Amino acid sequence: MTADPSLLPLGELTEALATRAVSAVEVLEACLTRIRAHDPAVHAFLRLTEERARKTAQESDARRAQGQARSPLDGVPLALKDIFCERGVETSCASKILMGYVPPYDATVVERLHAAGAVLVGKLNMDEFAMGSSTENSAFGPTRNPWDLSRTPGGSSGGSAAAVSARFVPGALGTDTGGSIRQPAALTGCVGLKPTYGRVSRYGVVAFASSLDQVGPFAQDVKGCAHLLSAIAGRDERDQTSSARAVPDYAKALGRGVSGLRIGIPPEFFGEGLEAEVEASVRACIAELQKQGAQIVPVSLPHAPFAIATYYVVATAEASSNLARFDGVRFGLRAQGAGSLGELYGRSRDQGFGAEVKRRIMLGTYALSSGYYDAYYLRAQKVRALIQRDFARAFAEVDCILTPTTPTTAFKLGEKSDNPLAMYLDDVYTVPVNLAGLPAMSLPCGLSKEGLPIGVQLIGKSFDEETLFAAAFAYERATTHHTRAPALG
Amino acid sequence: MAIDVKTVRHVAHLARLELSPAEEEQFAAQLTSVLGYIEQLSSVDVSQVEPLSFAGDVEPHQAHALLREDKPVQSLPREDALAAAPQQDGQSFLVPRIIE
Repeated sequence: MTADPSLLPLGELTEALATRAVSAVEVLEACLTRIRAHDPAVHAFLRLTEERARKTAQESDARRAQGQARSPLDGVPLALKDIFCERGVETSCASKILMGYVPPYDATVVERLHAAGAVLVGKLNMDEFAMGSSTENSAFGPTRNPWDLSRTPGGSSGGSAAAVSARFVPGALGTDTGGSIRQPAALTGCVGLKPTYGRVSRYGVVAFASSLDQVGPFAQDVKGCAHLLSAIAGRDERDQTSSARAVPDYAKALGRGVSGLRIGIPPEFFGEGLEAEVEASVRACIAELQKQGAQIVPVSLPHAPFAIATYYVVATAEASSNLARFDGVRFGLRAQGAGSLGELYGRSRDQGFGAEVKRRIMLGTYALSSGYYDAYYLRAQKVRALIQRDFARAFAEVDCILTPTTPTTAFKLGEKSDNPLAMYLDDVYTVPVNLAGLPAMSLPCGLSKEGLPIGVQLIGKSFDEETLFAAAFAYERATTHHTRAPALG
Repeated sequence: MAIDVKTVRHVAHLARLELSPAEEEQFAAQLTSVLGYIEQLSSVDVSQVEPLSFAGDVEPHQAHALLREDKPVQSLPREDALAAAPQQDGQSFLVPRIIE
């Protein structure tokens, strides 16, 4: 047994807990020790729920002793992006407008993790309302990349990615509207999965863009993500977009291999802006899969280059509507001294929202406003249909599609914060997937010369996460990228 | 298309955001730049395409099938629903008087 059980990847930890080589209490204490030592520099956590976690870990050990484990996740310490409502635990979405908000109910995924016996240790930093690609838009200050503290971990689920990358917790949940799980997973060297739209319930998840938002897991290893998805996926009567399709045991798909698997490579994702080192690592990944028997097939996604423009109309329009609920009346910050209800709304929202959130509300409101709806919103929805059609055509020829996750490795704090458009373009390879509602995973495929992680993205057919798990596991088993950890202090 | 401060004020009013003059200036410039980027969508031929509102498990035209039966279910206790309000009286959320 390793000296520090907090260093075990989730997939291996579930086995160590099952054989009782380690106890849930030991693992939790090891995680808390690492968090105390290194999180002051990383700032992945917004708050810890230590006492409750200790109690949950003790209960888990008692169940294990009786041979009554609830699931492979029983006793596994996990942490949540601060976008998930957790009964009795402050849920701020990293916004000033929700600071101090304590939800009276659990999100469905939180209920499901409790039911699986997981130990929830705290809430993780993010870009305010999940709007951003660097976690610099948090009202609580940025999270830093554990591989290089002068760089961002990506975003918006940057706290989730940093916490898993730094081995503070073996797994975490995030949300992905345009790349907010996959991009930070790539920049911090974790595995991160955005499931198919409708695979996981969003009930109790603060809404950003409802036609795109999806919940998904982070872990150091593919198997860990498979266990997490099996635990959280499935129909929920409280989210009408959640699918009634049966949820497979995703861990069972891991050993399928890639022999005969047809993997599509779209040239649109290997063009201008892609760093040479990133491309080289992704090409090496393709070569490895080919060596294992996969068939490499060129495919074309000709409308993918329009995805960012489409996204920034669709997502901001939906956000401007979703964020209307933050008005200083039912929860959150209320401006003092407003003489009328109109003033109360306007001032509470001006004081409570950060710059990027206001910018997106403004853009979305403009795109939906009288005289501009057809030119922006309706047109964007039509281009969205073309993007989806491109994927449908490609998937007639291949079983999955492989691309880089991001064009570059992690950028410096402050490097893009004055240029919203440059920040938006960091999601150029991830956004098309959300528009088409497909599942996609980022997994580590190398380090740059500067020692920064590089991620490769696998995109699957609708509701075919199993193929992604199988291909990712085949690659992971043949390589050591996922075992590399950042040197902290 | 260039967004001027007057347009920013109009949109801010629609969005119920009371912006400072500095924010109005900044957003005018930034929204102009982002909308300039979005202009590229006008080069796409969408004449033969139906808009896609979401890419779900159900086709958008069948979305009505997603509606649940309209029947009352247990909701949050009033006390819990009011607990996070900035101002409430145990019965209702309180706001500044709107009718004199």
